[in-house]
Amino acid sequence: MNSQTTETLTKYAQNKYKYGFVTNIESDRPKKGLDEEIIKFISQKKDEPEWMLSWRLACYKKWLKMSDPQWANLKFPEIDYQDIYYYSAPKDFEEKPKDLSEVDPKLIETYNKLGIPLEEQKVLAGVAVDAVFDSVSVATTYKGELEKLGIVFCSISEAVKTHPELVKKYLGSVIPPGDHSFSALNSAVFTDGSFVYIPENVKCPMELSTYFRINAEETGQFERTLIIADKGSYVSYLEGCTAPQRDTNQLHAANVELIALENAEIKYSTVQNWYPGDEDGKGGIYNFVTKRGLCKGKNSKISWTQVETGSAVTWKYPSCILKGDNSVGEFYSVAITNNFQQADTGTKMTHIGKNTRSKIISKGISLGQSQNTYRGNVSFLRKADKARNYTQCDSLLVGNKCGAHTIPYIDSKNNSAIIEHEASTSKINEDQLYYCRQRGLSHEEAVSLIVNGFCKQVLQELPMEFAVEAQKLVSISLEGSVG
Amino acid sequence: MIFLNINNLNVSIEGKKILDDFNISINEGEVHAIMGPNGCGKSTLANVLAGNEEYEVSSGKVIFKDQNLLDLNIEERSQKGLFLAFQYPVEIPGVNITPFLHASINSKLKNDKKPELDNLSFAKLLRKNAEELGISSDMLKRSINTGFSGGEKKRYEILQMSILNPDLTIFDETDSGLDVDALRIVTEGINKFKDSKKSFLIITHYQKLLDYIHPDYVHVMRNGKIVKSGDISLASEIEASGYQNF
Ligand SMILES: Nc1ncnc2c1ncn2[C@@H]1O[C@H](COP(=O)(O)OP(=O)(O)OP(=O)(O)O)[C@@H](O)[C@H]1O
Ligand SMILES: [Mg+2]
Repeated sequence: MNSQTTETLTKYAQNKYKYGFVTNIESDRPKKGLDEEIIKFISQKKDEPEWMLSWRLACYKKWLKMSDPQWANLKFPEIDYQDIYYYSAPKDFEEKPKDLSEVDPKLIETYNKLGIPLEEQKVLAGVAVDAVFDSVSVATTYKGELEKLGIVFCSISEAVKTHPELVKKYLGSVIPPGDHSFSALNSAVFTDGSFVYIPENVKCPMELSTYFRINAEETGQFERTLIIADKGSYVSYLEGCTAPQRDTNQLHAANVELIALENAEIKYSTVQNWYPGDEDGKGGIYNFVTKRGLCKGKNSKISWTQVETGSAVTWKYPSCILKGDNSVGEFYSVAITNNFQQADTGTKMTHIGKNTRSKIISKGISLGQSQNTYRGNVSFLRKADKARNYTQCDSLLVGNKCGAHTIPYIDSKNNSAIIEHEASTSKINEDQLYYCRQRGLSHEEAVSLIVNGFCKQVLQELPMEFAVEAQKLVSISLEGSVG
Repeated sequence: MIFLNINNLNVSIEGKKILDDFNISINEGEVHAIMGPNGCGKSTLANVLAGNEEYEVSSGKVIFKDQNLLDLNIEERSQKGLFLAFQYPVEIPGVNITPFLHASINSKLKNDKKPELDNLSFAKLLRKNAEELGISSDMLKRSINTGFSGGEKKRYEILQMSILNPDLTIFDETDSGLDVDALRIVTEGINKFKDSKKSFLIITHYQKLLDYIHPDYVHVMRNGKIVKSGDISLASEIEASGYQNF
């Protein structure tokens, strides 16, 4: 690394996290810590039916007997689950406002600042947004228009009441609450997230999107999202996340379940930009996410695209269970870690049906003293005739104090499976920087161009409305120093 | 105005001396050619002029358009009108020429305090110039230099030159690796681009290119310095009997 490169990257460090502000709003929260009483409190706040509460309590009992998974390449102090608030909502937020005039202007202002306008005249064209603030959904745009097509797009809390049969049928069907401790925990205390149902043969005409904001201090956010695409339907969904800048770590433990029936397709994109902590590794979000999609019907398709730039610690493996014959699972990922960030992320593709196909493209970029691990698990069960997987993992190292690790597991019980795997690790190339600068680009422009080029295969999978934003985010995330 | 003046330039890399009291002067509108055996320091000269930081300049002066060139960093030199067509253009996967060159030209226009080009006018300009150089629109869609043949890379360099419109262009063996037709297209491109204000420093091993371009001066370089200067007849001499007489 020559000195100029080091200098440029140091300069990036002065670009502070843009979303680190706190909304000064009084919040309503119960005491800290987790017990049955808190779960009852959450359930009561949400005015849930009895079956939902018993489900939560059963999950809580499971969680009590479990310990956190230890196999990831991550180092962080043990989480004290009694030192977290499990629910936080703006004060007097008893019920979700019917329309925007009832929403606290401070909240609207917050989303404006985050670039997510909620007001009727200003909403993003072609994107319906569900805005989740700490533990509650505060607004959902374009709801009426979607309803006309029979599409349900609302918060999960609402769906529990309005579509109990769908929620009962599918909640926990892809991620069993007993899967691991984070899924049990989430199932017990989940607060909000989105619910989507696309009826048979409907192609959802706009992007559906949820924006998660953590605001209150020492509060965990337990997102729960459930998306069901009925036969022959299509939906593209995107989530974004940010949080204030704080010295203490905060927990975001999400469970996201996708179900694609016959001939249906779900495209799920994430731009994760939780507060990553400061240059010395102080503060930041612990992002422990379980995302799993079930390609239940024949010819169904689930595609995950993620741009992971934030969080102090990321533990996340969006996966596909390819059950229907000819179903397709895809995973496209860019993970950028800087300073002291740690990411252990990847995917799991389980081939069950015949002719199932999966594709994995992972791009890891490590800077500073960060650690970036790709962990993949591709398995072919006995009946998965002629199934195939293609995996490509590329790592780019900037500086020499960071680490990149690739851990691909493959397990095949069917001899007709075809597996291709490619991997590369490289350093940012001084010759490329020289070339760009000889053409008049500044050192910063050159670095960001090259890194964006490295990520292109993944970024081009994002919905157009977000691709440009994501490119900018990639550039900003290069902030940080190289020793 | 002093256009380009290099005075007693000494350059080494990893402690090894490569340019040794090197001198040359180039005026506005002149075409100079440098020929010399492998390893005599031609690419080193080109890279030092472009500002590559791997080389240590131990002494000497370089004036470009009345300014001390050695004070400027790589991109400042480019924005001031210096272009180097590389001997080995590097591949940049995932980066397309359109946004890349658009950003380049705008950084130059900005530096010249001229209005920047919008997307549409830039796209038009790029397409027109590419067509003239026989570069297909398919090729414009690919990542910069990635998987290009040697000759395609060289054409791409000329395309970039034609868009950035530099005052001083250094060709580092741009003719190597070109087939006869490509050589003709490239030299036509250069000749079209030439005018009374533009200057060129052409590094080559072959007389052929010089026959097309008609340099005003030909210099012979050995062991890091110019050992003889003259006209195009020097090139024929080298072609006939190599460098032994220099
Ligand atoms: N990065 C480097 N590290 C070590 N030595 C170098 C480096 N770059 C150039 N050199 C050496 O400097 C000398 C001059 O190299 P240069 O590339 O300038 O030659 P050239 O005249 O362009 O040769 P050619 O005609 O083969 O292109 C050579 O001996 C070369 O090995
Ligand atoms: Mg050379």
